[in-house]
Amino acid sequence: MSGALAHQIGFIIASYAVTVFVVATLIGWVVLDHSAQRRLLGDLEEQGFSRRSQRNQG
Amino acid sequence: MAVIDLANPTRFLSLVQRVLPWLWGAALIVFIIGLMQTFNAPDDYQQGATVKIMYIHVPAAWLGMMGWSVMSVAALGTLVWRHPLADVAGKAAAPIGAAFTFICLITGALWGRPTWGTYWVWDARLTSMLVLLLLYLGVIALYWTAEDPGRGSRAAAVLTLVGAINLPIIKFSVDWWNTLHQPASIMRTGGTAIAPSILYPLLVMALGFTLLFFALHFAAMRNEILRRRVRTMRLIQAQTLAEARA
Amino acid sequence: MTPFTALVLRDMRLAVRVGGGALMGALFFLIVVTMMPFAVGPDLKLLARIGPAILWLGALLATLLALDRLFATDHEDGSLDLLMMGRMPLELAIAGKGVAHWLTTGLPLVMISPVLGLMLNVELKAMGVVALTLIVGTPALTFIGLIGAALSVALRRGGLLLAVLVLPLTIPVLIFGVSAANAGIVGPEPFGPPFTILCALSLMSLVVGPFAAAAALRFGLE
Repeated sequence: MSGALAHQIGFIIASYAVTVFVVATLIGWVVLDHSAQRRLLGDLEEQGFSRRSQRNQG
Repeated sequence: MAVIDLANPTRFLSLVQRVLPWLWGAALIVFIIGLMQTFNAPDDYQQGATVKIMYIHVPAAWLGMMGWSVMSVAALGTLVWRHPLADVAGKAAAPIGAAFTFICLITGALWGRPTWGTYWVWDARLTSMLVLLLLYLGVIALYWTAEDPGRGSRAAAVLTLVGAINLPIIKFSVDWWNTLHQPASIMRTGGTAIAPSILYPLLVMALGFTLLFFALHFAAMRNEILRRRVRTMRLIQAQTLAEARA
Repeated sequence: MTPFTALVLRDMRLAVRVGGGALMGALFFLIVVTMMPFAVGPDLKLLARIGPAILWLGALLATLLALDRLFATDHEDGSLDLLMMGRMPLELAIAGKGVAHWLTTGLPLVMISPVLGLMLNVELKAMGVVALTLIVGTPALTFIGLIGAALSVALRRGGLLLAVLVLPLTIPVLIFGVSAANAGIVGPEPFGPPFTILCALSLMSLVVGPFAAAAALRFGLE
């Protein structure tokens, strides 16, 4: 019985590991993309460019 | 706040900012509960402990299909109702749905090897899930490689609606072609066929994955809105430089 | 002569005159099918067994390549705009182009498939079955391909994007086409069910293809 479990446990761990990896990649993409866009927007605003709606609000 | 307010990107961003931490937190809590329940759930009398893979595989399949449904609604929003954020919603959902479909296929293969003896078989449900992944990749190609983002979004929306025909095929394929993948046991006429001790952890994990999907989706939509602002400002920058030079 | 017939004849003339058209598609089919035995090995029994599949794949790829220019040439010289603004419903115009495409690409493929079947050691009776599935299934390949062609013309990216979009949608046609061909040749599964499903897929694509392609053109070219 434990022999069968030992055989199966590799597949179970691999499944959960793949899932954790893919989910971590998704979260990482979302987080890194966010900071990249914020940085780009910050750079552009520093250079003095602004969107029309921002100028209308200010 | 009415739905129409969500059409305004700035208001949408402030909504996301308020809601997102709660979504992440809720997803985390539900996952912790779900994983504990999964760990304590009984083994299947036939498959042994490998049934624990089901708690990922089945929710991932559901989410892969739900992702395409979300994209289909967004596609209608883009093409029919001209909602300003509809194409943002579709573009953001595609990679997430594709990732869950990928998880479904991989965990399915890892579950199949010890139970059926093979990693893959060309039966109807596996094949139609693979086709779903290919369609996801096609839509992602349309959204991300188009020079004109508007045209790319509309083309992707049309392909999304055409590909939606795959969803009922996936759902009913196990009924129409009785080959290897087991038939429906949860959502079918006559009620569920699974024991509660296995069903409840499955539903909890499904809830956790769903909360995770929407947290990722909202965050990706926020990023896409910011990306478009960057593009707009870069266009203004290029125009200003051109005028200064002229 | 109805506008529909005029459009079909115009497309057929263009396909045959410019860029070889019918002969080019058949030539590509020939080359692809010729290369398969080099890759697979000269085992005649193996070739006879996978012959129907090779013919189907060759037909699919040849159809795919010919779709590339279906809307692109019209888009470049402005006749696509005229078609979209004209009185003939766009769906009907697209269906007409699909008919012309099949007559100049799909039908020649079906006609030379027996010759290629000889090269693959497929026996004569089997060849009849394969040709039957091809003649019923190639319209589906063309009309589903219309959708991909319409999607990619607006984006000015032909070739590979078109293939990425169209191939997943044609997988059911391929599955049932080869399944029907093999059932007809080897048995013991009956030929009827996969063949009728193949017919159904073709008929459906005759309707869904032009409507989806028209939507893709209208929304894509705004």
